[in-house]
Amino acid sequence: MSEFMANINERFRDPSLAKQLLERIKRAVQTLQRPINLMEVCGTHTVSISRNGIRQILPEGLKLLSGPGCPVCVTAQRDIDIIIEVVNNEQVILTTYGDMMKVPGTVANLQEAKALGRAVQVVYSPLDALKVATENPDKLVIFYSVGFETTAPMAAATLELAAAQGVRNFKIYSVHKLVPPALEGLLSADEVKIDGFILPGHVSTVVGGEAYRPVPEKYGVPAVIAGFEPLDILLGIERLVTQLVEGRATVENAYSRAGNWEGNQVAKQVLAEFFQPVDAEWRGIGVIPGSGLELADAYAAFNARNTEAIAEAEQRLVGLKSEIKGCRCGDVLKGVILPYECPLFGKACTPSRAIGPCMVSSEGSCAAYYKYERHRQLV
Amino acid sequence: MCLAVPAKVTEINGFLAKVEIYGNTREVGIRLVPDVQVGDWVLIHAGFALEKIDEERARETLKILEEMAELVEREEAGA
Ligand code: SF4
Repeated sequence: MSEFMANINERFRDPSLAKQLLERIKRAVQTLQRPINLMEVCGTHTVSISRNGIRQILPEGLKLLSGPGCPVCVTAQRDIDIIIEVVNNEQVILTTYGDMMKVPGTVANLQEAKALGRAVQVVYSPLDALKVATENPDKLVIFYSVGFETTAPMAAATLELAAAQGVRNFKIYSVHKLVPPALEGLLSADEVKIDGFILPGHVSTVVGGEAYRPVPEKYGVPAVIAGFEPLDILLGIERLVTQLVEGRATVENAYSRAGNWEGNQVAKQVLAEFFQPVDAEWRGIGVIPGSGLELADAYAAFNARNTEAIAEAEQRLVGLKSEIKGCRCGDVLKGVILPYECPLFGKACTPSRAIGPCMVSSEGSCAAYYKYERHRQLV
Repeated sequence: MCLAVPAKVTEINGFLAKVEIYGNTREVGIRLVPDVQVGDWVLIHAGFALEKIDEERARETLKILEEMAELVEREEAGA
């Protein structure tokens, strides 16, 4: 076996190379002589940046803003409330990723519902959810399908299997979101100044660099696809500040070992067959045109939104105002504030007693800052 | 949720493959990377292989990083 590949992630952690990259970044920032805001779009980037202390070693004047890249966090509160309500239906087994369990609904969360005996199952893959459906033919198995372009193709491929096998009690409640339209949403809202985007490596593996072309072409903002190890992230930053120094704005790929300009054609085809883009609501940002994925009309029979169970859950929620009071997760997701600027951060809101979704998801910005940066930032 | 981990493909059976992740064997779907072969390295996410990892391009990126580092060092020595 290739020893090189067996340690591929470690190779991109070399501290001496990181030091030199940082030096290049410092020089570029000096040349620019103005404050620079870069946004790391992806929650997995936020976690890696926090864990590796990258924010603290960057030169003064260069700020990393955490963006809307935590799928669980950007989900509209109404969708969360509906899914927590639907488990009160005894016909339903709800399956979803572990990240959803502690996400606060307006009145409860899924973990509490499960403790009360409701049928909620954590799955690692949508394939596991499909298995639950085949093993429980007399139940309605809903898969709460959350995630960006990295995760949506897995749901599509599972749907393909469900359709081929004719598993009729398997339904998908899609809250899938798309990254490129969200970037345009942020840029056109113009609430924060963003000088460049560190683009999500694994979303980009699927969509390819070309999906981001409007970012430099329409808004003049450079964007670089980056991987998740410290050197990957520093290289992404270095490429961005170099573009700024040279007065260029293009999409660059600093993660070429796992993606190219066209993306994964098969994944894109499978996605296009089973899902269609729809307008979608993002927490804190509002409705962004074409930024969500709903099941394609041809597969409406698998759409949980067409079931009685969901219609009844919606009925029961009429009159409930879906919102989490005091939580500024929406502003965190836009980069308007950093997590520790929320008055509740680390006080009323901690991972063990989270008020908003940004504090519970493994990739939520508030959770990452609390875990790795609260001592560095709050002193 | 967008994290994918590297794994080595050890066996292929139709739409499924056995992969080795950090010493553990797992079965994953390969619907999204149909041309994958035994011995390839792939990124795994939510029970599926997402994409192959290209060894040559990984080496190229590291080489670029090393060249950048040398450049910085040389400039510092000259300064
Ligand atoms: S710290 Fe808690 S309350 Fe404040 S924005 Fe983050 S999740 Fe919301």
